[in-house]
Amino acid sequence: MTNYITKIFGASPVAPMQDHMEVCFRAARALVPFFEKAMAQEWDAVGELRKQIVDLEHEADDLKKLIRGQLPKSMFMPVPREDLLNLLWTQDQIPNKARDISGLVLGRRMNIPEEIRENFLAYVQRNSDAAKKARKSVRELDELYTTGFRGAEADFVEKLVGELDEIENETDDMQAVVRSDLFAIEKNLPPVDVIFLYRIIELVGEIGDMAQRIGRRLELLLAH
Amino acid sequence: MDNALIFIALATVFGLFMAWGIGANDVANAMATSIGSKAITVKQALIVAGIFEFSGAVLAGGEVTKTIRKGIIDSSSLTDQPEILIYGMLAALLASGLWLLIASRRGWPVSTTHSIIGAIIGFAMVGIGVDAVRWSKVGSIVASWIASPLIAGVLSYLLFNSVQWLILSRPDPLVRAKRFVPYYIFLAAFMLTLVTLFKGLKHVGLQTSTTEAYLIATGFGLVVALIGRWFIQRIQPNRKAEKRFHYFTVERVFSVLMVVTACGMAFAHGSNDVANAIGPVAAVISIAQDGIVTQSAPVSIWILLLGGMGIVVGLATFGRHVIATVGQKITHLTPSRGFAAELAAATTIVIASGTGIPVSTTHTLVGAVLGIGMARGISAIDLGVVGRIFLSWIVTIPAGAVLSIVFFFILRGIFG
Repeated sequence: MTNYITKIFGASPVAPMQDHMEVCFRAARALVPFFEKAMAQEWDAVGELRKQIVDLEHEADDLKKLIRGQLPKSMFMPVPREDLLNLLWTQDQIPNKARDISGLVLGRRMNIPEEIRENFLAYVQRNSDAAKKARKSVRELDELYTTGFRGAEADFVEKLVGELDEIENETDDMQAVVRSDLFAIEKNLPPVDVIFLYRIIELVGEIGDMAQRIGRRLELLLAH
Repeated sequence: MDNALIFIALATVFGLFMAWGIGANDVANAMATSIGSKAITVKQALIVAGIFEFSGAVLAGGEVTKTIRKGIIDSSSLTDQPEILIYGMLAALLASGLWLLIASRRGWPVSTTHSIIGAIIGFAMVGIGVDAVRWSKVGSIVASWIASPLIAGVLSYLLFNSVQWLILSRPDPLVRAKRFVPYYIFLAAFMLTLVTLFKGLKHVGLQTSTTEAYLIATGFGLVVALIGRWFIQRIQPNRKAEKRFHYFTVERVFSVLMVVTACGMAFAHGSNDVANAIGPVAAVISIAQDGIVTQSAPVSIWILLLGGMGIVVGLATFGRHVIATVGQKITHLTPSRGFAAELAAATTIVIASGTGIPVSTTHTLVGAVLGIGMARGISAIDLGVVGRIFLSWIVTIPAGAVLSIVFFFILRGIFG
């Protein structure tokens, strides 16, 4: 026996969205030990961490598909469906980047030069921090739904997004420093390695960019 | 009249069957939001539903019963052959009872109101003549089916907006919830009591003046609000749960309010839907007893009692299972929303009951839920399902009509 009142309510996308962000953050976080092991040239451990990141990326993909399946066009929601799916897509970019980075480093057995290691690790850490702040913001999604996207809770999320912007600005500055560190020594290194090092620096920075964009997407949800 | 006793017995059995069906199935719709939001347990829901469905039927169901009994058919041409009306009303009862059974078996949206109105119109058109139907009355009933979800939607929209403005959007929602929720409790108890006093209690022989009604409603509202306040003050913040979800304790304050609106919803459902089952019974019994088609005999209180009892038996036998399934499935309607939907729907239905208009509880509640959705209160509403529910009454009316025409001819063949 089925009851029609129960069928009116679609599955809420909120908790799965938050679970998805959790997985995305874990993939970004795993990059810090990944690079530490890579710098120590412990390739077994690096491979292990790479596998972790790939698994997280798959988990995120499965969650993404589940959420999309739950949101057919007939769903009437407090926020535009497109905006929510855009937020989901942006979140999903973080584990994708982490997968690309880890694949490149492991595949080429890349060595991060001594001279840039300290600044580079701090840079990776800060990008992971940006993803963490993005997770904190997405964790407010259930509260935003409860308050109807306004009032004190909306102000609080605005504040978090502001903090997220600041962290992303820092990562931009740090990227400039790491690049100039690399520039100073690049003549002593094999040119192909240098090209890929620049590529890695860029890709790591994209994690911070995506985190910042998650903030933008959340602000869009508030604006409606 | 020949066969008078058989007719009365048949009407009683069919009426009980219908009321049992409502209790077993339809009540779940009325209680779903309360159980789904964990404001009350299934056991508590059964007790609340039993008491308030029964009292709604007995205290406020009279006007709707009267409409069903003699508002839709002009029986002036039937003074010399009153059996026609008896066959018709029995057929209508059987038709909507059966429809209720088929529809809930198949998982189709059920509306007892629409099926009984369709059934009565059906036998009247075929058995008596197209002119026998009071089309103006039918027109106003159909209009109310469009108006009731709309009104409930607007009310719930306003109610939920006020909750957002007063409580949820503030930096200190818990403090404000504890302060303002007793006022909402007062509002709920006051409204439902007032409408019942104005419109319903005539049938139990209680007459109150306007001033008295306001005084009693205010007093009753205050008592309920104070009891609610006592429970609310005892709620302590759950720091651990709030770490995950900051509004955990705020919602618990609202769940006290939701217990009150759940009672109101059961009362409203009893006052309108039970009357649907009981109206034809009342018609058959008064004709069979007097042998003439009277327009003036009052609704006997024992017939209302019968309907109330049928519902409680339905609840006790099958309702438990249905309510439990429904409750598990609705988890998206937190108490801060659920109460607004229920209060808006209950108020709309009780006002309709008081004016003698049969409306659909399910449709009114769906309208109220949509109102909350418009206020950005619900994470996802499936508009496809909503559309199917509203379309159901278009299907239900001819289905009820056809079934009742078939039963009408069978009954006339047996007794006539």
